Amino acid sequence: MADRGKHQTGFGFETRAIHAGARPEPVTGARNTPIYQTTSYVFEDAEHAADLFNLSRFGFIYSRLTNPTVSVLEERVASLENGRAAVAAASGHAAQFLTFFTLLEPGDEFVSSRNLYGGSLTQFGLSFKKLGWTCHFVDGTDPENFRRAITPNTKALFLEVLANPGGIIIDLEKVVEIGNEAGIPVIVDNTMASPYLHQPLEWGADIVIHSTTKYLSGHGTSMGGVLVESGKFDWMKDGKFPSMTEPEPAYHGLTFYETFGDFGFTTKARAVALRDFGPAQSPMNAFMTITGIETLHLRMERHVANAQVIAEYLEGHEKVAWVSYAGLKSSPYRELAQKYLPKGPGAVFTFGLKGGYEAGVRVVETVELFSHLANVGDTRSLIIHPASTTHRQLSPEQQIAAGAGPDVIRLSVGLESVEDLLRDLDQALG
Amino acid sequence: MSELEYDDALIAGILERTETIAMVGASSNWVRPSHFAMKYLQSKGYRVIPVNPREAGAMLLGEPVYADLASIPDQFQMVDIFRNSEAAGGIADEAAAIKDKGIDVIWMQLGVRNDEAAMRAEAAGLTVIMDRCPKIEYGRLYGELSWSGVNSRIISAKRPRLMQRTQRRG
Repeated sequence: MADRGKHQTGFGFETRAIHAGARPEPVTGARNTPIYQTTSYVFEDAEHAADLFNLSRFGFIYSRLTNPTVSVLEERVASLENGRAAVAAASGHAAQFLTFFTLLEPGDEFVSSRNLYGGSLTQFGLSFKKLGWTCHFVDGTDPENFRRAITPNTKALFLEVLANPGGIIIDLEKVVEIGNEAGIPVIVDNTMASPYLHQPLEWGADIVIHSTTKYLSGHGTSMGGVLVESGKFDWMKDGKFPSMTEPEPAYHGLTFYETFGDFGFTTKARAVALRDFGPAQSPMNAFMTITGIETLHLRMERHVANAQVIAEYLEGHEKVAWVSYAGLKSSPYRELAQKYLPKGPGAVFTFGLKGGYEAGVRVVETVELFSHLANVGDTRSLIIHPASTTHRQLSPEQQIAAGAGPDVIRLSVGLESVEDLLRDLDQALG
Repeated sequence: MSELEYDDALIAGILERTETIAMVGASSNWVRPSHFAMKYLQSKGYRVIPVNPREAGAMLLGEPVYADLASIPDQFQMVDIFRNSEAAGGIADEAAAIKDKGIDVIWMQLGVRNDEAAMRAEAAGLTVIMDRCPKIEYGRLYGELSWSGVNSRIISAKRPRLMQRTQRRG
């Protein structure tokens, strides 16, 4: 039997970023996590196979459900978020789907802050509707708006504390209070902050979602998503979550909360939603993401430092109308930033040009070092015009409400020499 | 996570020294958590003796089912309780009364907690674990739970020894 390692309590974030979930491989002693590029796993005998399919034994069956490389990523993110357990998925969007499929029945509702990644607005507002799930969007900058939108069918509250496309911070503690009173879980998309800058579960959130494509993998190489459960939500209390507390017909009548307790939600997301819809993360992407996470703390420090310099530069530029970055003294969110993100409010933010749409397009097309593309959280600095790209599917009103109006440019500040980034913006602004 | 905290070394010590477990509330219904736990613990080399008055006299996973703890003819070290918190109190008292059968641990399952009964059992010299599952704790401490993305809270750069299917001790 495996000898036991030390209890994690007391290990710092940096240690866990490097070690959590990844002990040396027992057969060969390989120190780095191997890429288990395999679809399936040999059973010991017929009974072992049956026990695995019944979930009465732990083990590997098929890489759509579990894979040893992907498991390391799952445990590592669960550890960094101080959660109980995690499930990885092919993308952040897939992780969101797994979460809501596990939570909701047709006819159910949830309330979401409207300050979200544009793709989430479309997923929640349009595609989820076809499944019978209704999302009510509210202005989350006043947390009371969540309370006002709750109905007897509301099963969750959703927000990005550090909101994409940047600059806005939602008062999580107040949203958690409202969720607790309503007996429903609070879900935070923590992609923009990464667990190094902000840990939603520490403020009482129940589920955290990441697009690991961004800061966690960190190098613009690998798609992925993950959902983490705190293990603290009582699914039984009000009978609101039959999917967790009633026998599951899609799993021979197993009751997930009773059987798996504080990791019942992720177990069900894996055993039913991931099994039946199939958006599994590939072992190669998990390997790249694990490797990325090992330097998360170092990268985030520099991302934030560079972003602060660039935001201050832009705020002083005569052609810039406004800069929305919570690290600026002028930001109305500076206080919330210091509370929830004391190490810095991320490195993605927006600014507007006095020349409006035309000037914005010119900057995006004139930069040499910033890459014009639709991603954030890369080592490279990135630039985009959200209104014509990530937030294109929204109406003009929705674009403005999401902080992605026609004059808005979004930057994701990378890890290059900050002097070079400043020089590039300077020549592009003209 | 439970509000109760137990040191990993305490849990591991129990799992390592225990050989036979009396499981109160063991069910022959194969989708019940007790059935899962019994089968799993057997696969790790423990003998598990089922206790369930409704199924007394029948066989369950190769073991005869007993009506109560006192009816078990053999020695056992742990009583694993799959009953509600109130009923768990009476079973803990019953166990303390017959602890000369070798009993040294009362283990109440996930969601089962009876602080008063725990104090009585501890006063009788027994170790009490509440709101935990030995299957889950075994899986967590020896790495299997990590395969399901669970945060084992274990950090180590030591090379783990290979697991044998029916081997129990670390």
